[in-house]
Amino acid sequence: MNRPASESKSVRLLRIVPDDTKFDFMRFRRVSFPISALLSILAILLYFYHGLNFGIDFIGGTLIEVQSKAGPADIAKMRNAIEGLGLGEAQLQQFGAPTDVLIRIPQQAGGDEAQQAAVTKVRGALGDDVDYRRVEVVGGRISTEQMAKGTVGLMTAIMCILVYLWFRFEWQFALGAMIANVHDLVLTIGFMSLTQIDFDLTSIAALLTILGYSLNDTVVIYDRIREMLRRYKKMPMPDLLNISVNSTLSRSIITHVTVTLALLALFLFGPQAIHSFTATMMFGVVLVGTYTSVFIAAPVLIYLGVGTSRMATEEEPRPGPSAARTRA
Amino acid sequence: MLYISRSKAIAILLTATLVCLCAVPNFFPDSLVQKLPAWAQRHVVLGLDLQGGSHILLQVDANDVLRQKVEGLRDDVRRVLRDARVGITGQPVVRGNTVEVHIRDSDLQQGLTKLRELAAPIGGVLGATQRSVDIVNAGNGLVQLTVTEPAIVQRMRQVVDQSIEIIERRVNQIGTVEPLIQRQGADRILVQVPGLQDPQRLKDILGKTARLEFRMVDSSMSPDQALQGRPPPDSEVLYGPEKEGKMPYLIEKRVLVAGADLTDAQPGFDQRTSEPIVQFRFNASGARKFAQATQENVGRPFAIVLDGEVISAPVIREPITQGSGQISGSFTVQSANDLSVLLRAGALPAKLTIIEERTVGPGLGQDSIEKGKIASLVGSLMVVIFMLVTYGLFGLFANIAVTINVAMIFGLLSLLGATLTLPGIAGIVLTVGIAVDSNVLIYERIREEVRNGRTPITAIDAGFTRALATILDSNITTFIAAAVLFFIGTGAVQGFAVTLGIGIITTVFTAFTMTRLIVAYWVRWRRPTTVPI
Repeated sequence: MNRPASESKSVRLLRIVPDDTKFDFMRFRRVSFPISALLSILAILLYFYHGLNFGIDFIGGTLIEVQSKAGPADIAKMRNAIEGLGLGEAQLQQFGAPTDVLIRIPQQAGGDEAQQAAVTKVRGALGDDVDYRRVEVVGGRISTEQMAKGTVGLMTAIMCILVYLWFRFEWQFALGAMIANVHDLVLTIGFMSLTQIDFDLTSIAALLTILGYSLNDTVVIYDRIREMLRRYKKMPMPDLLNISVNSTLSRSIITHVTVTLALLALFLFGPQAIHSFTATMMFGVVLVGTYTSVFIAAPVLIYLGVGTSRMATEEEPRPGPSAARTRA
Repeated sequence: MLYISRSKAIAILLTATLVCLCAVPNFFPDSLVQKLPAWAQRHVVLGLDLQGGSHILLQVDANDVLRQKVEGLRDDVRRVLRDARVGITGQPVVRGNTVEVHIRDSDLQQGLTKLRELAAPIGGVLGATQRSVDIVNAGNGLVQLTVTEPAIVQRMRQVVDQSIEIIERRVNQIGTVEPLIQRQGADRILVQVPGLQDPQRLKDILGKTARLEFRMVDSSMSPDQALQGRPPPDSEVLYGPEKEGKMPYLIEKRVLVAGADLTDAQPGFDQRTSEPIVQFRFNASGARKFAQATQENVGRPFAIVLDGEVISAPVIREPITQGSGQISGSFTVQSANDLSVLLRAGALPAKLTIIEERTVGPGLGQDSIEKGKIASLVGSLMVVIFMLVTYGLFGLFANIAVTINVAMIFGLLSLLGATLTLPGIAGIVLTVGIAVDSNVLIYERIREEVRNGRTPITAIDAGFTRALATILDSNITTFIAAAVLFFIGTGAVQGFAVTLGIGIITTVFTAFTMTRLIVAYWVRWRRPTTVPI
């Protein structure tokens, strides 16, 4: 880089989002709100009628990951061997490589000792043809506790964030962020129910991260809205929100791309054990996170009455094309 | 915003360098690290899901503790009243956590006085002394003694402490490296043993109470008769090992000598049959009791009972007076070895149950590390290229900041001796994706300020000033989520919370200092007339 910086214009940089976009996002609220409401109801119905595929962390039971020592695993043969043990409905599935099999045994009736006995029986039935890569046994007491802890944790996180936002912004913003937030969580849970992806402890981690991330996005837009509210006292709310969303659009998209790239690498190349974790996170971060902050979090402020009490004097001129283009 | 004094710049660089340096011991082999001074040895600990190992959560059986406590109280009641020659009708009986005894009217006052001595004070908070037993005179000579809640809590604490000690002895003897054994809550014990090939053996050793008793076999009737009719009041039917067909034995309840009187136990081989056996030695009082019992009962069989199971019932051929002996059951070399470990370490004060087990084989752990490395490299590379394509020179600045950021995450993880788990690796990769956001926020703001007609330098300055407030706000929300996750999570998930949380701190630090420093020096050096982003 010996040339002066002024000449480095010859390097064409990628502009994912053109400058000065003027999408009328607020108009979409008449579409996006009903769609979101419908999807949320669908997600809740899914949760209640289709349910989540709870892992052993929350319902107890045994999970055994085995790797066949010679060639691809014969799942049918393994299934026969295990079903003969009378341990209830065992699930077997290929897990990543064709040599790897994940075995799930439901919680046994006879308490914690019966669970341990079940592991011993499975080991006996499968013998020495396989390597035991992972054995997880969770008892009834622990799983109930973890379910409670997870639920309380999610609620606590939402409340803490709400309080923080309330201190930093006006209460309408906090409420708006929470509506967006709950919307994200509900849709993600709907996604997990639809795909029947494993719901375990890492899913709680994924949900909390989605929560933090989606808020991160919302806060960036809200910050801009607040700044605009201070500057333009007379501009109609929909216009003001549109300018705010448009001016942060480039940032939102670039950041989503980088986060998605990171998650994609984890999903494609990462270990099988965190697949459901990354899949959930990708859904939450990529689909819901982006859509929510633009189409829900910002327009919801109109309904919450943000900006109605502004003073009637306009202090700065609106940014027009003349101001923006003079020096560029 | 763009002016940074020299001393500040040095302070920033020094902090970043020091934190990054903390990560260095992780790249040296263990043998080298051990030669370093203690303060330089801190390194990232790999979680059990990455290095392989067993995580076992044990729960003390509260019913067992309560039963022992109440039965102990019943025996005390019987002894105290007998010693004071207080007349009672029938025997004291146990109902729930209460002992009931009927005292004759004439002796009632004296009996109550004696029984009150059983209620020992328990040191409570703020001097509010409570007693270990509640005594109620229910009328008609019926006295109810109830074990109080604080007494149970206190006993539970003792049981957990003793159990931890015994488990430590047991686990250390099977040759494990750096086991972690700690209390968890009021009635649980967490055992984490890294890099174990055979968790079954560990579980066998943890799950056994190892209460060893030497008792006489009752030959007054056959075990089958006892099973069909009623066994004599002082005897009970116990069974032999399951693999030998669960043979029933009629065994006296009285214990001649217990495992607590052993001083040593070693595996060995029987000289005649060359079968594996366990050789043991009693302490002085055990030897005396055993000698007396064998002298009185030559020709009769006695039973060696382990956790309620008869492991052998040999006939006493001659008095055993030298205070040592051997147990022969159908042992394998391994089981003889395990039993001696258990006997040496002592019996657990109460039954322990495994309520959670997570075992990862070393192969899977290694695979996870390999795949985690690939995913991290690919993810970081994609982000780095994307930033370069989008922001050019400023993208390079961002990449430098992110690299320093990741190095600082490892530095802080090492400094805290934190555990790196598989979800933790995911947290770092995610941090790379999120960390560039702070740069994106700043750069986009600069682009905007340029569009609004500011000169390059004022645009850069304004970009930083306005973006930093946003960066702080948006990161604090994610940090709250990470903090909550840290408090509710366990094991692997907690590892994720740690890396995510540390990642946020380093991200904010690098955005506020490193990126600013780099850009400020670049501006001072190039005096740009346009902003190349």
